Amino acid sequence: MPTAPEQNDDAARGAAPDAPVIEFRDVGKRYGDNVVLDGLDFSVRKGDRVTLIGPSGSGKTTILRLVMTLEDATEGYIFVDGEPLTHEERNGRRVELNKKQRKRIRQKIGMVFQQFNLFPNMTVLENIVEAPLHVLGHPRAEVLERAGNLLEKVGLADKADAHPSSLSGGQQQRVAIARALAMDPEILLLDEVTSALDPEIVGEVLGILRTIAEETDITMLLVTHEMQFAKDVSNRVLMFDGGRIIEEAEPEAMFSNPTHERTKSFLRAVLGEDQIGTR
Amino acid sequence: MTPLPAALDWDWESAFESLPSLLSAFLQVTLLVTVLSTALAAVLGLVIAMTLRLAPRPVAGVVRWIAHFIRMTPIVVQLLFAYYAFLELEPLTIGVLVFGIHYSTYMSEVYRAGIDSVPAGQWEATTALSMSTRRTWTAVIIPQALRATVPALGNYAVSMFKDTPFLLVIGVVEMVNAGLIYGGNNFRYIEPITLVGVIFLLASYPTSLLISRLEKRLAYRT
Repeated sequence: MPTAPEQNDDAARGAAPDAPVIEFRDVGKRYGDNVVLDGLDFSVRKGDRVTLIGPSGSGKTTILRLVMTLEDATEGYIFVDGEPLTHEERNGRRVELNKKQRKRIRQKIGMVFQQFNLFPNMTVLENIVEAPLHVLGHPRAEVLERAGNLLEKVGLADKADAHPSSLSGGQQQRVAIARALAMDPEILLLDEVTSALDPEIVGEVLGILRTIAEETDITMLLVTHEMQFAKDVSNRVLMFDGGRIIEEAEPEAMFSNPTHERTKSFLRAVLGEDQIGTR
Repeated sequence: MTPLPAALDWDWESAFESLPSLLSAFLQVTLLVTVLSTALAAVLGLVIAMTLRLAPRPVAGVVRWIAHFIRMTPIVVQLLFAYYAFLELEPLTIGVLVFGIHYSTYMSEVYRAGIDSVPAGQWEATTALSMSTRRTWTAVIIPQALRATVPALGNYAVSMFKDTPFLLVIGVVEMVNAGLIYGGNNFRYIEPITLVGVIFLLASYPTSLLISRLEKRLAYRT
């Protein structure tokens, strides 16, 4: 970005290798009286793959939406690469930052949605090249080549000129993944990306995400009900309930030996009785 | 047997004789006004819809009030008002402007509904991709909103087409007026007026069929 203030450059450059890429400080989100997130503190380091689990309504998806600036927190502060995302503290008061700040920072962040949200008026290729061409302003030839590679990676090289409506759900979600990756994000947010898919095609989408997790160092924050996938891909699992993190562990420990009673009953419901504590 | 009422005393010769002047009025005035006014209304309607959505609140409020006012008064009154207020303008120009502006207020509502029909997920995707406001509107929202609105806009164009006879109150020789002129000169009214009705029917019916076919073709398969 040409107009980035110097202090921000310093913040980004000066960050230690294991400094948080995403940091939540006392973040709250409420709609009227309904508290969705409450005094949330956590951070995600570079290259982390963090899975958020928990019952529906526990605020997992809201966290992704806050990072993507689809919604604003009502309390607290969120930092990306050490920079405040939407609000910062000035003289003890919470102040909203200029909108330019979030616009600049969110270019580092990509998101894949449960409902794909491909643009139905564009072809598959147009969906993928839209942002690299018009947001990043990269040269057309370069963008097209990269889009071709991405389509190949998600196994849809032959669908470049198809419209999303002619694709299956699994194919659409693979295009959505390619579209997010085309922006070369530092952080990838995955919001229940397989929940809208038929069971037999969940695997093809998860397989691609596994490959991406293996081949890149993109920081991933994901909400999923696919516990095996969470186990395979992530290095940390956060269990949410009532807008708070109630347990945090490595996936192996979380799934085989949860400590919190609420986590146990949740995993029992999701995985089935026999899978917990027996391994 | 009672004699047929005079009104049904149909004379083919008068019918054929009146046809050329009717067709010429149809092509040169009725169709011209419909096409130009539809174009004006379609563009102005979008401008109004975007203003209501994007302009600062006071500006949007004024535009909303004006649009409401225009919708709530009869087009004949608006034609007469504009005719006497702008005597230096050609009646045909007045006609095109009044029809265009009047219908733009209806079309703006269609656009508004079309814009509202674009799912929230589309807006969220444009944010997630850091798209500019301009690109969001021109590449994503408007193209999708237009698909939803084309049929309704087409129906308003047909309505406008059928409203063009109101132009006779400001002396424009559109098709009905041409029929009345023929009638006045030849003392035969029923033939030209019947033909006017037939021409309207022949023009609007296929157009409405076309619109409903378009509606089916434009719908996104999901």
